[in-house]
Amino acid sequence: MDFFIQLLVNGISIGFLYGLSAMGFVMIYKASSVLNFAHGELLAIGAFLFLALVTWAELPVAAAFILTLAGTFVFGFIVERLFLRPLIGEPLIEIIMLTVGLAAMFKGALLLIWGGNLYTYPDLLPEFLAWNWGVVQVPPVYVSAIFMGIVFLLLFGLFFKYSSQGIYMRSVADNQPAALSLGVHVRRVFALSWAIAALVAGISGIILGLINGINVHELSSIGLKVFPVVILGGLDSISGAIIGGIIIGLLETMTGGYLSPSLRDVIPYIALVAILLVRPYGLFGLVEIERV
Amino acid sequence: MNDKILLQINNIGVVYSDVIQVLKGVSLSVPENRIISLLGSNGAGKSTTLKAISGLLKPENGKVTEGSILYDGTEIHNLPPETITRQGIIQVLEGRQPFKYLTIEENLRVGTATRFGKPYKEDLDLVYAYFPVLVKRRKTLAGYCSGGELQMLVIGRALMAHPKLLLLDEPSLGLAPMVVQEIFRIIRRINEEQETTIVLVEQNANMALQIAHYGYVMENGKIVMEGDAAELRENPDVKEFYLGMGATGIAKSYQDVKAYKRRKRWL
Ligand SMILES: Nc1ncnc2c1ncn2[C@@H]1O[C@H](COP(=O)(O)OP(=O)(O)O)[C@@H](O)[C@H]1O
Ligand SMILES: [Mg+2]
Repeated sequence: MDFFIQLLVNGISIGFLYGLSAMGFVMIYKASSVLNFAHGELLAIGAFLFLALVTWAELPVAAAFILTLAGTFVFGFIVERLFLRPLIGEPLIEIIMLTVGLAAMFKGALLLIWGGNLYTYPDLLPEFLAWNWGVVQVPPVYVSAIFMGIVFLLLFGLFFKYSSQGIYMRSVADNQPAALSLGVHVRRVFALSWAIAALVAGISGIILGLINGINVHELSSIGLKVFPVVILGGLDSISGAIIGGIIIGLLETMTGGYLSPSLRDVIPYIALVAILLVRPYGLFGLVEIERV
Repeated sequence: MNDKILLQINNIGVVYSDVIQVLKGVSLSVPENRIISLLGSNGAGKSTTLKAISGLLKPENGKVTEGSILYDGTEIHNLPPETITRQGIIQVLEGRQPFKYLTIEENLRVGTATRFGKPYKEDLDLVYAYFPVLVKRRKTLAGYCSGGELQMLVIGRALMAHPKLLLLDEPSLGLAPMVVQEIFRIIRRINEEQETTIVLVEQNANMALQIAHYGYVMENGKIVMEGDAAELRENPDVKEFYLGMGATGIAKSYQDVKAYKRRKRWL
């Protein structure tokens, strides 16, 4: 039983990170119908930027974290400006292929600087973050994963629900010609969706790096898990992405704990195929409103 | 009323995808504070004319290739919609086009995009005053609202932008006559109370000419007739083709059958 609870907590905390990063992926898709194959590399970029700031620049953790958030946000913005914007209006498949190219380029750049080695962050998290419920021990990283997950999901939830900028972003996803007719800056919305995607991917990258260590290949393949997550959650649903993330996180830790650790990384993709066979639009995809 | 020309279209040609010529030398002028109606059957080029004004041709791969469009004296043709909307020109698209997954109030808030950062509370109150039915639907997703409510919503949404020139594309489309009457009354009130200049595109000539000051009739990408609304209402051709009343009462062989078919499309 204790083992089960332990796995449950681990699964949920990893799941929050998957969900958070999938939210960024879904945002780009909702705004511009682009599937971003460079999502895993965005995770890795966040993790390595943070690594550079805490080890090379030797900044305090909080400062490094905030700088990483700012850095990834700006990075997403620049990527959209430089690479995506010139292709607006071109066939979607070309844009999606471009993201495949971006993935290779980012990965190459990271490999050039850090190589394929495994790095670890210095001990950053204070012990008081650990939870102790009798026999169940939750280490500080998992606590901070859950905490970050909840805080950022809440922040973005509020942003999309109440802020004008968030409502403009949703309007573009909903009906682009109508948004244009009201003067919504659609290109700015695309840029913002890339910036936010890079930011949330970066946060997930940092915390996953705390859990598993930081390695280019490892992090970018974790980023690919965004596909099972969003297909489970529905490509166009932000809350679905989070629920999908938690389900995949649980599925992984439970499989790793009870069946075999080597099955752990395969199970999301088995789930992916199974779901596609039964519910091609995902479990939580938007229900099409017919009455219009 | 003054007679300052707010919008002047000079002999424009519009081409889609570099080859499909849709407008061929369209000219019209819109005096400030008036309602101008643009009439014509399906495919005449009415929506294209509005999109040429609002900049919405661009996303459809259309372009003004000849002539010019002057707004307040400056050329605006082929500018992007972000720029044109910020000068006070807002188009209400054909077929209503709500944001289905946004609530009514969120839909209205998108109308503030051109004035981002400015307070909008009073504008919401103004829209709810014109369209009281929207108040109790505030928190409903637009996807679940009726056609009449949605038409009110999209006009209200445009009002949130404080338009100087409002371009309405077939607001009567698919609505019950009672609802159409109510909406047209409100359009007239907006024109008078907000001093909004309006270009009203319609196939329902009968309704449009009741509230418009002046009208143009389009066919095959050209203006074929124009005049004061009262004059057009009395014009025999308009009566026959656009208002569904035979002018002479004498059967005119196959031409008459054709006219009958057209009439059916109109009304
Ligand atoms: N995006 C487009 N690409 C090519 N042709 C178009 C496009 N939009 C409209 N057309 C053509 O232009 C003509 C006029 O269309 P439109 O302006 O929508 O007419 P109306 O609004 O009067 O019904 C039609 O023949 C239509 O097929
Ligand atoms: Mg039309």
